[in-house]
Amino acid sequence: MAEEKIRVLIAKPGLDGHDRGAKVVARALRDAGMEVIYTGLRQTPEMIAEAALQEDVDVVGLSILSGAHMALLPKTVQLLREKGLDHVLVVAGGIIPDEDVPKLKEAGIAEVFGPGTSTQTIVEYIRNKVAEIRRSRKNA
Amino acid sequence: MLDELVRAAILGDKRAIARLISIAENNGTLAREALKALYPYTGKAHVIGVTGAPGTGKSTLVNELAKEFRLRGLKVGIVAVDPTSPFTGGAILGDRIRMRDLYNDPGVFIRSMATRGSLGGLARATADAVKILDAAGYDKILVETVGAGQAEVDIASTAHTTIVVEVPGLGDDIQVIKAGILEIADIFVVNKADLEGADGVALSLEVMMSLGNSEKIIHHGILMEIKPAAQSPQPRWRPPICKTIATRGEGIKALAETIEKHLAFLKESGAWEEKEKLRASREVEEILRTELLKRVLSKVDRQAIEEILGRVVKREIDPYTAAEKLAGGLS
Amino acid sequence: MFDKEALEKIKERQEQWEETTLQQWLARLPERDELFRNLSDMPIARLYTPADIPDFDYLEELGFPGEYPFTRGIHATMYRGRLWTMRMFSGYGSAEETNERFKYLLKHGETGLSVAFDTPTLYGYDTDDPMAEGEFGKCGVAVSSLADMEILFDGIPLDKVTTSMTINAPAAILWAMYLVVAEKRGIPWTKIGGTIQNDILKEYIAQKEFVFPPKPSMRLIVDTFEFGAKYVPKWNTISISGYHIREAGATAVQELAFTLYDGFEYVKAGIERGLDVDEFAPRLSFFFNAHNDFFEEIAKFRAARRIWAREMRNRFGAKDPRSWWLRFHTQTAGCTLTAQQPENNIVRVAIQALAAVLGGTQSLHTNSMDEALALPSELAVRIALRTQQIIAHETGVVNTIDPLGGSYYVEYLTRKMEEAAYEYFRKIDAMGGMIAAIEKGFPQKEIADAAYRYQKEIDEKKRIIVGVNEYVSDEPITIPIHKIDPEGERRHRERLARVRRERDNERVRQCLERLRNAAQDERENLMPYILDCVRAYATLGEMMKALREVFGEYREPIII
Repeated sequence: MAEEKIRVLIAKPGLDGHDRGAKVVARALRDAGMEVIYTGLRQTPEMIAEAALQEDVDVVGLSILSGAHMALLPKTVQLLREKGLDHVLVVAGGIIPDEDVPKLKEAGIAEVFGPGTSTQTIVEYIRNKVAEIRRSRKNA
Repeated sequence: MLDELVRAAILGDKRAIARLISIAENNGTLAREALKALYPYTGKAHVIGVTGAPGTGKSTLVNELAKEFRLRGLKVGIVAVDPTSPFTGGAILGDRIRMRDLYNDPGVFIRSMATRGSLGGLARATADAVKILDAAGYDKILVETVGAGQAEVDIASTAHTTIVVEVPGLGDDIQVIKAGILEIADIFVVNKADLEGADGVALSLEVMMSLGNSEKIIHHGILMEIKPAAQSPQPRWRPPICKTIATRGEGIKALAETIEKHLAFLKESGAWEEKEKLRASREVEEILRTELLKRVLSKVDRQAIEEILGRVVKREIDPYTAAEKLAGGLS
Repeated sequence: MFDKEALEKIKERQEQWEETTLQQWLARLPERDELFRNLSDMPIARLYTPADIPDFDYLEELGFPGEYPFTRGIHATMYRGRLWTMRMFSGYGSAEETNERFKYLLKHGETGLSVAFDTPTLYGYDTDDPMAEGEFGKCGVAVSSLADMEILFDGIPLDKVTTSMTINAPAAILWAMYLVVAEKRGIPWTKIGGTIQNDILKEYIAQKEFVFPPKPSMRLIVDTFEFGAKYVPKWNTISISGYHIREAGATAVQELAFTLYDGFEYVKAGIERGLDVDEFAPRLSFFFNAHNDFFEEIAKFRAARRIWAREMRNRFGAKDPRSWWLRFHTQTAGCTLTAQQPENNIVRVAIQALAAVLGGTQSLHTNSMDEALALPSELAVRIALRTQQIIAHETGVVNTIDPLGGSYYVEYLTRKMEEAAYEYFRKIDAMGGMIAAIEKGFPQKEIADAAYRYQKEIDEKKRIIVGVNEYVSDEPITIPIHKIDPEGERRHRERLARVRRERDNERVRQCLERLRNAAQDERENLMPYILDCVRAYATLGEMMKALREVFGEYREPIII
C-alpha cells in the first residue's frame, strides 16, 4: 500500500502574525498522513516559491488574515508557475471576503477555505485533488 | 525522461535535484536507475552530520554554518530530517524556518525529509539525497538528524564528520553519558554557550572523553576505541569541543575551521578512504540483504511460507530450521 | 459562611435528591449528549450548592468593592459612579479616513478612542518599505511619521479624550508621536491620558508582532514606565494583554494565568530598574478577552482581580491601594465570530459584552458583525456601539455592583480558576520565568494544543457553532463590506516623500545617531532620544532601523 506521500508547504505570506489556523491545519494534515513543510511567518512570495521547488511539494497552502491577499497570493502563484511548478495545487485560507474569491481563482488559487471550514474538508479536498493531478500527469 | 533529470541535476538544476530526491524517497524502480546513473559523479562532497537532542539549536547552527561556508565560496546542501508519526504516517517538517537567510542563495539547497518508518535518526532515503546533492556539485552537505538517541549510529556511517550538539540546562550529564555519543562524535558543539552551565557541559565532555579513553581510530575498517598504551602508527583525532551561540552567529567561524581541519585530517591520515570503504560495505551489504531476501521469498510460494510459519508457531519446528528450509529453496 | 452542620445537611439532601427525584427524571429523559465542559475543559456539574464552596468566607474572598481583594470591583461605586468607557478599536487606510471614523464614533457616543495600526506600522516599517508591499491600511491606519499622526488626531481634543493605541514593538515611538502632537498644540503632558499596549511578552506568546529580542524589548518597556511616571502621569504605559493569547486558541484559564504572569514579569522588571513599585504599578493596565462561556468569563475577571491584588500586596510589597487594582479593558472575542450568517454575531457580541460588564470591566470594545470577513462598515460598528449603550441604559445590570457575587456556581468557578492559574504560575516559576518558558515553547505549545483540541471538537460536532457546523444555510452573504479609499495610499506616500524632502535631514541624521548610541547604553532611557527624532520628523522605519541595528531581531522557537 505504498501510496506516495503528499507533501504540503504551509506558509504565511506577508506580515500577518495570526498563525492559529495555519498550525491547526498543519497538525490536521499530519494526522491525515501528509508531510507538512511548515515555513511559518513572514514569508515573501519568493521564499515560498523557492521552498516549494526545493521541497518538490504537491500542495502549497497559504494562510493570510491581514487583508493583503490580493497583492500577495496571485504573485505567489505566478512565481510558482515561473519556476516550472505548474502541477502544484495552491490553496488558501484566512480572512478572504467572498467577493475576492473569483479573482483569486482566476489567478490560480484552486480553492479558498474561509473561516468555519472543517479540517476534514481541507484534508479530503487535498487528497482528492492531488490524486487527480497525479493521475493526469501519469497519463500525459 | 529520467536521463534528462539526471543530466540536469548533475548540472545543478534545482528542480531536477528536487524531483530526483522525491523519486529516491518513493523508492520505486526509477529510484534505482537514477542512483545508478548518478553514482559515478559522487564521492566529492564533504558530508557533515549534525545531531543532538531536540532543543539544542541544530537548525540554527546549520543555518549559520551554511552561511559561513558560502562566504568561503562553497556550495552547500542541507538535508533536515524530522520524525514521521508512527500513528498517522504524517510529519511536520519545520527546520526550514530557521534557514530563511538562505532561501535566495543559488548556492544553497535545502530539503526536509521525514523518517518514514525508518527507525534511526535518518530517513532511508537520506543517503540517496546526499548522493544526489553530491553528484549535483554541492561541496558541503549538512545532514541534520532527528536526534532521537540510538539513531546516532546512522549518521556516523553516512557522514564524514559527525557533530554532536549539546546545550546547557537540558539535564546534560545524562546526555553525555548516553551510549554511542562519545564514539560517534568527531566534534562536540556546546551551543547556547551564553547560558549558565555552558562551561560545565564542556567540562563534562572533556572528563567523559578522558575517562572513556574514547580516542577513536579506524582499524581494519572498524571504528575502535583504543587505550592510550596501545601502539599504533596511525594518527588520532581527539574530538574538539567548540562553543557557539548560533542565534548570534558566534563561534561559527571557529567551528567551520575545525570542520575543515577534520576534513584535512581524514584526507591526510587515510581515514577518508577507510570511511568510504566502510560506507560502501555497509551499503552494499544492506542492498544485498534486501535483494537476497526478495529472491528467496520470490522463489518460495506464499502457501509454503505460510505453512512453514504455521509449524513454527505450533512449535513443530524451530525458526532456524524454518529459515534453512526456506533458504534451501534457493539452491 | 454556611456553618458545617448546614452544609452537611445540604450534602445529604443533595444525595437524596440525586437518588430519587433526579433518578426518576433521568429515567424518563436522559441528559443530552453534550460536552457539559467549559472552554478550559473543566467539567461543569449539573447543580451548584453552598456545599460546593466549603469554607466560603465572604470577607476574605469577596470583601467590598473598592477594597482589598477587590473581587467585586475596584471602585466603590462601579457603574453607578461611572459607566465603563466605550472604546471602539478602529483604524484603516490613511490617517484622513481613520480620523473620519474617529469623529463618527465620538459623535455616536463612544467615550474613548482606540487606534488600530496597519501591519507595516505594527512592525515598524514605513509604507514604502519592500516588506510593506500590499499591506497598506488593510487592518489598521498607516502611520509613517509625525505628519500622519497630526492628521490622525486633527480636530480631536487630546486633553478631553483618552486614546488607546494598540502597538507593541514600536510602542515607544508611536507614543512619542502622540506626545509631540499634544506638545505642538500646547497641551501639557500632565493633562493627556491614554494607553499604549506595549506588551511584548504576549507578542512572543501569541500575537507574533515582535521585532527585537526579549532583553532590549523589556528595557524599552521599562523606559516607558519610568518616563510616564515622571512626565505623563495619567498615561497607562502598558496594557498587559490576554486577548491575543485567547484568540490564538488558549483556554480561559491559560488566558488568565499567562496574562497575570506576564504582569508579574513587568513588575519585576520595573523594580529591577530601581523604580519604587508604587511609582509605576498604578499605571499598569490589562486587556482581556470576553469569550463565549458566559459564566466562565465572569469568574475569570473576578479571579484576575483577586489574584493581582494579592500578589501586588503580598509578593511585591506595594503599599498604594491603586497598585493593587487590576484595571482592564475588554474586547469581545474576534475568534468566535462566524462568516456564515454574520447577523448571528450581533447576538454573540451582546452576550460576550454582558459578561464583560458583569465581570466589572473598566473599558469595552464590542466587535462588529462583519469582522470575520473584513473591516467593520459604519452600520456594523454602530450596532456594536449600540450594544454597549443598550446594556448600559436598558438592562438594569449596572444598578448594582457584581450582581453575580454569591452565586454558588460563580464563586465555585472563580475559586477553581484561581487555583488553576496558580498551578500555571508554579510551572512557569519552575522553568525560570516567562521568558525562559517562551524560549522553551511552553505557553505556545499549551495554546497550540488547546487550539487543536477546540477545532477537533468542532469538526466532530462535539461542540456546536451555530451556522457553521449546525443550523447552516446556503444563502450568500449580503453584508456591505467596507472598502478603503484607493487614493489613500497614494496620498500617504506623497506625504511621506514630502516629509523626507522638507525636513532638516542633517538634524534627522544626528538624532538617529544619538538614538543609536543611547540604545547601546543600557543606562539610558530612550524616550527623550525618540522624542527628538520624532520632532525632527524622522520616520518610524528610520527609527526602528536604528534600533534593529543595535538590538537585533528575534527568532521564535518553532512550536506547532
